[in-house]
Amino acid sequence: MTNPNPGSPDKEPATEAHAAQAALGNTERAETATSPKAPAPEPKPSLGRLFLDNLWAANTFTVTLLSLVLAMVVGAILMIVSDPEVLATYSYITARPTDALNASWTLVSEAYGNLFKGAVFDPDAVGFQAAMSPISETLTYTAPLVFTGLSVALAFRGGLFNIGAQGQAVMGVILAALAGFLLPLPPGLHLLVAVLAGALGGAIWGFVPGILKARTGAHEVINTIMLNYIATYFLTWIIVQNGVQDPNRTDAISRPVDGSAQLPRLLGDGLRVHAGIILAVLATWAVWWLLNRSTLGFELRAVGANPDAARTAGISVTRTYVLIMVFAGILAGLGGSNMVLGSTASALTPLVVAQIGFDGILVALLGRVKPWGVALAALLFGALQAGGNRMQSYSGISLELVTVLQALIVIFIAAPALVKAIFQLRAARAARLQTSLAKGW
Amino acid sequence: MSTMAVEDVAVAGVDQGFWTRTRKVGAVLLALGLLATVLFGALATGEQARFTLSEDSAGAALEIHGTVGAIGFGLLAVAAGVAMLAGLPKRWFTLVLGVGLVGFVLSFLCWQVSDAPAGQNFMPLVNILRGTFVLALPLIFGALAGVLCERSGVVNVAIEGQLLMGAFSGALFGSLTGNIWVGLVAAAVGGAFISLLLAVFSIRYLVDQVVMGIVLNLLAVGVTGFLYERLMQTNAQKYNSAPRFSNWEIPLLSDIPLLGPALFRGNIFLYLGLLLVLVIHIALFRTRWGLRTRSVGEHPTAADTLGVKVLGLRYRNVLLAGVVAGIGGASYTLALYSFTKNMIGGKGFIALAALIFGRWSPTGALLAALFFGFADQLATYLGAINSVIPNQFLAMLPYLATILAVAGLVGRVRAPAADGKPYIKG
Repeated sequence: MTNPNPGSPDKEPATEAHAAQAALGNTERAETATSPKAPAPEPKPSLGRLFLDNLWAANTFTVTLLSLVLAMVVGAILMIVSDPEVLATYSYITARPTDALNASWTLVSEAYGNLFKGAVFDPDAVGFQAAMSPISETLTYTAPLVFTGLSVALAFRGGLFNIGAQGQAVMGVILAALAGFLLPLPPGLHLLVAVLAGALGGAIWGFVPGILKARTGAHEVINTIMLNYIATYFLTWIIVQNGVQDPNRTDAISRPVDGSAQLPRLLGDGLRVHAGIILAVLATWAVWWLLNRSTLGFELRAVGANPDAARTAGISVTRTYVLIMVFAGILAGLGGSNMVLGSTASALTPLVVAQIGFDGILVALLGRVKPWGVALAALLFGALQAGGNRMQSYSGISLELVTVLQALIVIFIAAPALVKAIFQLRAARAARLQTSLAKGW
Repeated sequence: MSTMAVEDVAVAGVDQGFWTRTRKVGAVLLALGLLATVLFGALATGEQARFTLSEDSAGAALEIHGTVGAIGFGLLAVAAGVAMLAGLPKRWFTLVLGVGLVGFVLSFLCWQVSDAPAGQNFMPLVNILRGTFVLALPLIFGALAGVLCERSGVVNVAIEGQLLMGAFSGALFGSLTGNIWVGLVAAAVGGAFISLLLAVFSIRYLVDQVVMGIVLNLLAVGVTGFLYERLMQTNAQKYNSAPRFSNWEIPLLSDIPLLGPALFRGNIFLYLGLLLVLVIHIALFRTRWGLRTRSVGEHPTAADTLGVKVLGLRYRNVLLAGVVAGIGGASYTLALYSFTKNMIGGKGFIALAALIFGRWSPTGALLAALFFGFADQLATYLGAINSVIPNQFLAMLPYLATILAVAGLVGRVRAPAADGKPYIKG
């Protein structure tokens, strides 16, 4: 590796560029693969035949669905082995196998039934509010995940791995909340300023690893991990400062955000869904437009595919890296501001942003790093979260199971060859599903 | 490793001109030294700052006048900075940098200790040293796990998950059997389980290793958290009351002042951790296995050509890393605390930082882990004496130091060349 200038990303080793190029080739192919068209063989089979052939082939949709199934199977096993009563029935399974099977079925079906009822629709619900409640909860959890998922996905497309969505969301939530209760502004304007403040916070926290990457070649994975922790400690510090901490409280909680800076609720005060979900859809469209229709998006994808070629073509790689991280930071910051300006919370606490940054990584991967895919993946994760709450309170199954399910889904998605082998899927076009984004340190 | 030599030449090429790396670091050090001299010197009080060699204020102590100490040690840092700016030979770089940073830290301590509430103007060095080792211990295990993985070319971001799974299965099986050694083995197996997933998915299925690491961390948090709530919270007596290793005092050595109480009155994990640093260091740089591991991490194709089984070696090393990290996790639950949800709390990521800060070498990782442990312990101490420095900012220190290190401000760090790149034979 004769590398004349290793400190600067403008001269990255050629091997890395090749790997990145291969990765882009794959994503591009994956993109074309999602369209339901199959290669037209001779003689032309009927449409129904094509559909059936593709249904059990290793395409994006089938693999995603089967990954979900596999994850739920593993989740069910976890539920069974951790329930002493059900487990006891397995001690005499050879004598009366129906006991064990019945007990297991009851446990698992009830838990997943509640997951569904909490996320989508409860057949026993009476009245508009009760019927809409699961959807409202799902959308409430979805909105911030869309932003953080887009943040990670956008960076991915530019060849950067933004693990820092968590930290960027934390800085976003801090500035959004500060603007929300420190600035005396009229309604409307106040909300706008608070949202923009959140974006600014994220942008700053995205700019730092971006400029470090561009100027010194410091790897963004390491820096964003470190910045996550710095942001979290900063949050725990700023909450207890004078003027920020709630004067009536001794624990770590800030003053609440003024009503004039809160996102309006969409379906009345009884339901939690708020305008954040509309912003999320707009953001998805904006990122789609940015990536596929704008000059910057073209440059971004070019740099992500092959920085050397992009530089030869006259694109400033350093500038693009910084811009990618700033945009990623803005998106994550908006996700963070959702957490305090929406209905989830109205004041800063140490855990105010929950896990949205890390979940965003999963969402981006599940959404195959494409904007609308990310939005759908966020919807699935939001549903799991909302349903998990109900599963916890009705079936006594810990919410942690949702984390397990989410992680497992992404593990299976990331290794389509495994899913394909388990279910004996028909081979799709070669290498179509390789989500390899490997770049190393 | 010829690639390294090439890189070094290249680095020298970048730094030509007046602003070499030594001068840049020197400028930073000079600024820090001036800050220490002026600010810490002004804020320090006339109290004697006492650094006692015992666990309390009694006994022998190193004493220095607060203001004098703060200014004096600050000037030491200034001198180091000036020496670097004046164009220091490269071989002195590390030593002078060390002197400068130690001067800065001592100046800071003189200010803090002299500024403490009346009657508390002392710093018990034994406590600090012991706490440093206790807090550094999981980092040492974690960073060693990282060394094993990454030297053979597999990025290990899953250290956090390995530690957590080790802690959990150590607690669970230690409690179920009541046997501490079963617990220890179970912890190693638990860590290796996460490693196995990492190995299979990144080596066999070519999933991006960083992605896999992040997801495995979440999986470990989820699985242990779920089982904790289902089993341990409902029946702590049965599932979460593992026996604990007591401290083993080593005769004679434990009577050495200062070092004895900190180093030779620890539990099995302390000795094991330090021993592992030594063993892995020797194994990595002096044995056939080590040469193969490093060659697979730097240039797998070349290693393969020479008959080294690249994938087999990677599997073995990643699993070994899981064993090491799993035991590191057990250093919580089989020695100090019962298992709680997400009890590792980011230590795995600090261990990753220690690995990088220590430049992917076992001894470097040990020093970095001790530095981070010291920062952690210092935060506790400063909290106890009501320091004006918020302890959140001290807690940020390891992370800031790592950013500075990878950005090349402190020392250039370079990962093994093939780290994170899957090897496809053919």
